[in-house]
Amino acid sequence: MKDFEPVIVAFCCHYCAYTAADMAGSLRLSYPPNVKIIRVPCSGKVDVIHLMQAIERGADGVYVAGCLEGDCHFKSGNAKAARRVAYVKRLLKDIGIEPERIEMIMMSAGMGERFAAVAEAFTDKIRRLGPNPVKLMGASKTRDPHNVSPANKESAAL
Amino acid sequence: MKTESVLERMFKAGHLAVTSECGPPRGALPDKVREKAEMLRGYVDAVNVTDNQTAMVRMSSLTACILIRQMGLHPILQMVTRDRNRLALQSDLLGAYAFDINTMLCLSGDHPHFGDHPMAANVYDLDSIQLIQTVRTMRDQGKFQGGDEIANPPKMFIGAAANPFADPFELRVRRLAKKADAGADFIQTQCIYNLDKFEKWMEGVCKRRLHENLFIMAGITPLKSAGMARYMQKKVPGMDVPDALVQRLAALPKDKQAEEGITIAVETIERLKTVEGVHGFHIMAIEWEQRVPEIVRRAGLYPRPTV
Amino acid sequence: MITAERKPIQEIINFVSPYKNLLLVGCNECVTVCSAGGRKEVALLSSALQVASMKAGRIIHIQEMTLERQCDPEYVEQLVPYIDQADAVLSLACGCGVQEIARRFKDKMVFPGVNTKFMGASERPGVWAERCQGCGDCLLGVTGGICPIARCSKRLQNGPCGGSSKGKCEISPDVDCVWQLIWDRLKALGLEERYEAILPAKDWRSGRGGGPRKIVREDLM
Repeated sequence: MKDFEPVIVAFCCHYCAYTAADMAGSLRLSYPPNVKIIRVPCSGKVDVIHLMQAIERGADGVYVAGCLEGDCHFKSGNAKAARRVAYVKRLLKDIGIEPERIEMIMMSAGMGERFAAVAEAFTDKIRRLGPNPVKLMGASKTRDPHNVSPANKESAAL
Repeated sequence: MKTESVLERMFKAGHLAVTSECGPPRGALPDKVREKAEMLRGYVDAVNVTDNQTAMVRMSSLTACILIRQMGLHPILQMVTRDRNRLALQSDLLGAYAFDINTMLCLSGDHPHFGDHPMAANVYDLDSIQLIQTVRTMRDQGKFQGGDEIANPPKMFIGAAANPFADPFELRVRRLAKKADAGADFIQTQCIYNLDKFEKWMEGVCKRRLHENLFIMAGITPLKSAGMARYMQKKVPGMDVPDALVQRLAALPKDKQAEEGITIAVETIERLKTVEGVHGFHIMAIEWEQRVPEIVRRAGLYPRPTV
Repeated sequence: MITAERKPIQEIINFVSPYKNLLLVGCNECVTVCSAGGRKEVALLSSALQVASMKAGRIIHIQEMTLERQCDPEYVEQLVPYIDQADAVLSLACGCGVQEIARRFKDKMVFPGVNTKFMGASERPGVWAERCQGCGDCLLGVTGGICPIARCSKRLQNGPCGGSSKGKCEISPDVDCVWQLIWDRLKALGLEERYEAILPAKDWRSGRGGGPRKIVREDLM
């Protein structure tokens, strides 16, 4: 696959992973520009639908970066995130997409080097894996949520 | 006498009764039934015929009982409620009596989970206690469970199983009381290795005077090896095998363990003879039927009295 | 609630792959509570089906809708504006809902997206267990509020059987012996004597054994 540059989405929790990303920046450590960081208050905020739709819309790889085990600022958000990542990995496998495209990573706020290393390694892995198979058809524009009651309207934001 | 059962006569004459077991084959092989039963002739008063034991399909209990009756022996028709609804159960009882079979045992039956057809829809229209009630109603009132009159009702001597070793222990005497209340005439217990626990259960039974109208037969299964003892201890629900017993067998070389197992069975019978309320022994030597005559003889229960 | 689990994804893909326009309908009640077929699950399944289709080089257009419930005709009626654009309907409701949609839209193929399991309750987040079999003649008053028909593997009404071991059923150490639970409860209520009352043979006509059932309330018709 010549010139394939993967698009990587990284959901980073504010307290640990995002801070580590900041630290990587201030240490002048470079990491691949392929990685698009999305800051979340806690990795536990990431839902299975976010992971699935990232793949649906063409991301080649997605990872959720949260705090180290036992250190989650919100107690167990990282544990929940890890379980959700596992769930989506299984679902992807069942529909024929490589489960390795999605991962859960844990790090602490001071781990600037780890952040950069993970970004590098994951991008590399996805580059070798190849483009997201959905790219055959172009990213999906064909979802059409019809919401009947006011309570349903929030799903349009997804 | 409520029935013509040889077992009833044996109990009421005050003798210790002896029964054993015949598991029908997993094929249409009548000679296998006859061979097993023949080994027991003269050594037991009656022969239990199991009903799709451990939820594996075998020749039906009723037909194997008929084969055994035709040999001049006395079968005990075991009936589980797992596979047949109340119509089929009552229907089989009519058929059994038509072939001069007059002794039966009510069981719920092992769950299909254990057997060769875990995908089957298990029936359990009745449980074992409701079946006891049904059989007693047929005998004493001459009526089907649904209420209609029976033409020539079957007069069955009604047995049930008891497991003093299942949990919760505190319920086990109460459950026996329920079976007695439902109409059970005799009981065969799960095989006994933990004699202390069994005696404790019997104390509870006698305290409630259940043994006065319910003839209890102690279950005996000879252990073939330390491996078998360990398996039963760990893998079979509702079984209580004390460590001391496993060790007693394990201490011997493999080729001596079977003999020791027979000796333990005989010792168990001798000790249980002294326990109040024990009216007989039910020897279950699965796939080892040929050793039953020896156990009966060494336990001083041969020859069988005539009644 | 009625519990359900999403069907294996390949089975769903096989149902819908011949169709280009799908109406994917969730239900806001039971299947939402057990996270099998509510709004969120509709969005997730829709996304997964899109990914699977794109990978296979197919185009599929999915309309998503979650009704308040699918077992009442008034709510199913709300699908009318959207049904013509669909070649097929994939419903994530329990079997009751799927059938109501099929009844209303006679010329539309309707597929179930979940396997309806049992009537149960939540034991803790993420875990639901069977509680009721709909026998039609509730005996919870005599068994200390615990049902042996639904929760005994052999539905014994005069249990336990001889396979009860350390409070667990013979079929699995993960399954409680319900008669142990009932006994513990009768003890806690001081009702040990009740245990010895024999429950006679059940009349299964009030249950499914008597044929498919109906309730008719003339005062509400």
